[in-house]
Amino acid sequence: MSAEMQFLVSGLTIGAIYALAALGFTLIYNASGVINFAQGEFIMIGGMLTAVLSGLGLPLWLALVLAVAGAALVGMLLQRLALDRARGAPVVSLVIITIGASIFLRGLAQLLWGKQFRPLPAFSGEQPLHLLGATLVPQTLWVMGVSALLMLALGLFFSRTLSGKAVLATAINAAAARLSGIDTRSVLLACFALSAALGAIGGALIAPITAASYEMGLMLGIKGFVAAVLGGLGVSAGAVAGGLLLGVAETLAAGYLSSAYKDAVAFALIFVVLFFLPNGLFGQRASERV
Amino acid sequence: MKLLDSRYGGLLLLAAGLLLLPWLAGNAYLLDVANRIAINAIIAVGLNLLIGYAGQISLGHAGFLGLGAYASAILCGSYDWPAWLALLSAAAGVALLAFLVARPILRLKGHYLAMATLGLGMIVSLVLSNESALTGGPDGMAVPGLVLFGWEPQGERAWYWIFATLLLLAIWLAQNLIDSPLGRALRAVHGSEVAARVAGVDTTACKVQVFVISAVFAAIAGSLSAHYTGFVTPGQASFLHSVELVTMVVIGGMASTYGAVLGAALMTLLPQLLSGLEDYEMLVFGLILMVSMIVLPQGLLPGLRGWLQTRRAA
Amino acid sequence: MMTALLELEHLSKSFGGVHAVQDVSYRIEAGAVHAVIGPNGAGKTTLFNLISGVYTPSRGHIRLRGEEVGGLPPNRLAERGLNRTFQNLQICMNLTALENVMVGAHLQLDRRFLPVLLRLPAIGRSDRRARERAAELMSFVGCGAYLAAEAAAMPYGALKRLEIARALAAEPQILFLDEPAAGLNATETAELEAVIRRIAERGITVVLVEHDMKLVMNLAEHILVLDYGRKLAEGSPAEVRANPDVIAAYLGAA
Repeated sequence: MSAEMQFLVSGLTIGAIYALAALGFTLIYNASGVINFAQGEFIMIGGMLTAVLSGLGLPLWLALVLAVAGAALVGMLLQRLALDRARGAPVVSLVIITIGASIFLRGLAQLLWGKQFRPLPAFSGEQPLHLLGATLVPQTLWVMGVSALLMLALGLFFSRTLSGKAVLATAINAAAARLSGIDTRSVLLACFALSAALGAIGGALIAPITAASYEMGLMLGIKGFVAAVLGGLGVSAGAVAGGLLLGVAETLAAGYLSSAYKDAVAFALIFVVLFFLPNGLFGQRASERV
Repeated sequence: MKLLDSRYGGLLLLAAGLLLLPWLAGNAYLLDVANRIAINAIIAVGLNLLIGYAGQISLGHAGFLGLGAYASAILCGSYDWPAWLALLSAAAGVALLAFLVARPILRLKGHYLAMATLGLGMIVSLVLSNESALTGGPDGMAVPGLVLFGWEPQGERAWYWIFATLLLLAIWLAQNLIDSPLGRALRAVHGSEVAARVAGVDTTACKVQVFVISAVFAAIAGSLSAHYTGFVTPGQASFLHSVELVTMVVIGGMASTYGAVLGAALMTLLPQLLSGLEDYEMLVFGLILMVSMIVLPQGLLPGLRGWLQTRRAA
Repeated sequence: MMTALLELEHLSKSFGGVHAVQDVSYRIEAGAVHAVIGPNGAGKTTLFNLISGVYTPSRGHIRLRGEEVGGLPPNRLAERGLNRTFQNLQICMNLTALENVMVGAHLQLDRRFLPVLLRLPAIGRSDRRARERAAELMSFVGCGAYLAAEAAAMPYGALKRLEIARALAAEPQILFLDEPAAGLNATETAELEAVIRRIAERGITVVLVEHDMKLVMNLAEHILVLDYGRKLAEGSPAEVRANPDVIAAYLGAA
């Protein structure tokens, strides 16, 4: 019992980070039709910047706020300076642009902060807690709690606020949204900022557990993409479910099968899902209109 | 430009250039760079069939390259197979793998296809770094030199002739394919998939054929480059390397064979030019990817062509 | 009863809860011009998409010369002699006009993989014949002026005829034209009518969806009227014109 519980808790913890990344993918994909391969770098910026700033002696909350703001700024710059200028380019070109941005940001982080791991102290101590037979560090509660709150807030934002509905309208039909007076360019910009902020919070939350490094974004980002595709690209609830599912599957595989192939689980899973459900677990089947 | 457009003109021009090159730049370093360019160009010409002509993306082609390289490394190094047999087995094995995964993968579109190919490449690279007993793990393994029926190419110059010949062969095969009912069908798939299907084109079968061909090009190039450099590492199969390969195709110009060659040359030269600035390498590489895609979304060669045409018209 | 060239039996297609085509049965005999008419949203294009394999039927049967073909992909139907054009053009703008027509001849061409890769002489010969034939077809539909044109550079009316040439290149026995006259002016429509007549004279069964009633009444020997996805009436132009249900549907009377 305790081993399963342990796996479940660790799986949900990392799964929550994947879910945040997947939500970031979903937001940008819905608003602009672009898969942002630089999503992982927002996670990295969040983790690294929080670690670096708190290492400089800033209080943790301030370091976190600045890191999230920094990532949001990078997100907006990416939208304005790169993607906005390549509107109408084929999908391959857009993929390359975001991959280029991701490599650029990783290179920049390596240049600024070096190749070493940056530790970040846990938000509320290291004293392990015992819960239902599992031992967990308090940080896992932070990860799960904050992620859950963020998802809830995002859900409310889309269903209850006018700004949220403007984003949805832009996603469904940008031309019609523009005609009804929505400034779709600002909506796009906001989506990139929001998506970057989500990733950055995820990075700061996970950094005390895994330590931050300039490379941390690559795998986390790809896993977030896997989670988004698993859940059905463009479906927010699917992104969350995909993230949690992936986290748990990975931890179980690492525990029972082979830790060396932990990372392969995501890709094996994606094959199985895409093979049987070409639109992901919750995706809508779009029929071609001719 | 007109010469490049005719069927064999470009090929003749390139052949002449390749013949002259060793006399113009005969030192070992430059020939080594030329060899690396040729290896990448062979892969890019194949990948361009898939990306540029069939309009399908692959973010996992480095996986096929890695499989080709490791097949030669393991079969020749650990099991003493003759090099030609290892090369053919690698090509056949990769063809089979590509064929088996192609149907489910190529049913997918756009981003789903990107994801599936990315996953395929990732799994290959994970297997290569984790099966240490077979592959030497993350450190890689040494590969014996190439021996073809008693002949062993020594030095960059001998290898240069091998790679130059193979590059010309690869371009010839690719152009035959493009300039045929199959190539036309592929371009039609790119233009309007539904039109192609109604015209009787089995679009899935077309895409599968091109996917397999491009994977085999990568496997053969991987196998030979393993013999050439004498060493293989899992990094050759990495996601980043897949991205580099796609970039060669896209940066040179999609649906342009010589654009792919140009892209391969640029992407091979870039690390050489940045060699003094290792710390800046990623930064600059990322920047170049972004800027070139934003400024010249059609790629360099078609961009250049368009620019020349507008100048001539003006 | 003789086997019809194409037979629809209780054919239905729904998207979610919307019944786009409901329980349509219809027989198409070889060698006539048929027309499918009906108000906007009556399910005409959906019917064409079902017959040509773009959609899979929810229920019912489609039989081509007695053989069940419902749910077969378009390329399999092309192999069986069924071809079509599209209401909103499906032209490959990255190809030349001639190449577009040659794509239509895909099934007639030597396209074995290895000979293609090695460019054996047989491939070149078969391709040259296809080129000549495509040029003939372009002249046949009245696109002779665009033999050297890029598809992207052609005007709309010519593209509509180019699509017909592409469909003919597949040497179909039955050809579906989805609103061939939409967007054409009177002169172009008259030319189109002549083209369709010439196609029918070649023994090809033509089925068109069309809003231009003059064109339909001039050409069609048999008409199927759809409304709200259901068959409202069928018969000769005179019968259909006299049918009170049809008049009601078109004039919106109760």
